[in-house]
Amino acid sequence: MKIGRLLIYFFLILFAIFYLTPIYVLLVTSLKSFVEVDLKTMWRLPKTISIESFIQAWKGDPKRGLRGLSQNFMNSVYLVIPATILSAFLGSMNGYVLTKWRFKGADIIFPMLLFGMFIPYQSILIPLVQVLQKIKLYSTIPGLIFVHIVYGIPITTLIFRNYYSTIPSELIEAAKIDGADFVGIYRRIVLPVSMPAFAVVMIWQFTSIWNDFLFGLVVAPNPSVQPITVALNNLAGSYFVQWNIQMAGALITALPPLIVYIFLGRYFMRGLLSGSLSGV
Amino acid sequence: MQKDKLYSFLFILPSIILIAIFVYFFIFWTGFISLTDWNDIFPSFNIVGLRNYIELFQNFRFQISMKNTLVFTALFLVSSLILGFLLAIFLDQKIRGENIFRNIYLFPMAISFVVTGVVWRWILNPGTINNPVGLNQILDKIGLSFLKSGWYTDPKIGIKAVVIAAVWQMSGYVMAMYLAGIRGIPSELFEAAQVDGANMWQVYRYIVLPLLRPITLGAIIILGHISLKIFDLVVAMTGSGAGFSCDVPALFMYDTTFRGNHFAQGASIAIILLLMVGVLIIPYLRYSLKSEVKR
Repeated sequence: MKIGRLLIYFFLILFAIFYLTPIYVLLVTSLKSFVEVDLKTMWRLPKTISIESFIQAWKGDPKRGLRGLSQNFMNSVYLVIPATILSAFLGSMNGYVLTKWRFKGADIIFPMLLFGMFIPYQSILIPLVQVLQKIKLYSTIPGLIFVHIVYGIPITTLIFRNYYSTIPSELIEAAKIDGADFVGIYRRIVLPVSMPAFAVVMIWQFTSIWNDFLFGLVVAPNPSVQPITVALNNLAGSYFVQWNIQMAGALITALPPLIVYIFLGRYFMRGLLSGSLSGV
Repeated sequence: MQKDKLYSFLFILPSIILIAIFVYFFIFWTGFISLTDWNDIFPSFNIVGLRNYIELFQNFRFQISMKNTLVFTALFLVSSLILGFLLAIFLDQKIRGENIFRNIYLFPMAISFVVTGVVWRWILNPGTINNPVGLNQILDKIGLSFLKSGWYTDPKIGIKAVVIAAVWQMSGYVMAMYLAGIRGIPSELFEAAQVDGANMWQVYRYIVLPLLRPITLGAIIILGHISLKIFDLVVAMTGSGAGFSCDVPALFMYDTTFRGNHFAQGASIAIILLLMVGVLIIPYLRYSLKSEVKR
């Protein structure tokens, strides 16, 4: 029994190392100075801590035609904040209607909405580009915000619907008898208890919009509006960029969702599990 | 009251309209494009029937990318499920520091596939025979030299190397799903089985695993549809690879459409991709919504 437990701990620690290895490589490489960077010694700790790589990855190097990530980082910030807030409210309204004001056909509408989160976006990209060009939103940040709100409807609606179905309907009925109307019930009863669901949805949307690559790549071909994931891929794909700069860039890209995960992991977890439909 | 009913419907109407256009009409439109001859920059909508599909199935790159997706999906699903399940049952043994372990296993889920791809491209960079780097260097150091390989640079391995990075990113998710499931099983069931003389292995094999079947199904569906659509990770880590050994349909579609301007051809790949995902998702959606009604 003792040996069995030892083996379990051994296995758990072995895999902890597996999951942490890429972070180790990211950290030690991006903290090395340029002279110290060598693929042959990539596993070694840096002799001296240097943030040169971060500065280059952030600011770029105009002399060598290297674009820094700073502008794209800010693009992602400008994109992710409004898109997250707006899609959370949209999801909340939909969830409220679908659970407390069920209308004829709601049983068909909900799965139809839900299907939208599983489709491969390749199957809508060509018309999407055509339409965005028509309405002059192609290759703009508002265009990207719009796209993320639209394709965020299914998941945000799902999470809020599951959450609101736990609010007892008697509460709503009683409020109706007291003369509260649709908006009043939402504002005074539903919204005040919605904070946990808002936290789950907003963290989920923040992470997935920040990490999105496909929409950024196709909808924003202009480098000055590209989100950071696309810029990182360009940075890492050009052969003249040293790999410590690539690593620093990768760390900068990963940092915002990682911070969210570290501080609000509980809510992130719930978002993940609700993505599997098994309930919040 | 009647007014409120109308109000509530007006609240949800924008979402319904947006999804109707941006999901359903767009899919219909992509399907239509796939039947036309729009294969250069200038839109052209002459119907050519199934010609794009016939050409697609004869296309060498398409055949490879379909084979790659199936290999990738199978390996990725099996490894993530086994690893996730093992981690979950081990973590369920009243482990000290369970929280720390759980957080370490799950954090890759928060990171972009692009970051994962960039890092793993360097870790699985084989180096040269005399100067191995990355994982190969480690394998040399710990005396497992025979495991060294060219990883994604070897056309015989190709997409299978990408599986390693994908498992790194997603297996923690499976662990979390299973762990939540195990914790939901009433402890009397465990105790009863132990009283009946079942050992730990038998408890997990004959009691826990069957009870977790809905979670296994959910995990297969979630990982399966992500896997069939995989794009970001492949682009960032390997691209289509030597002899298209790392190519997948999502990447082929992107290259064909937005780099090659073969819009109709690209649309036909997108429709095939949609059909593959649909076969997986639609029965599952029906199943889980039906069982929800029963509850």
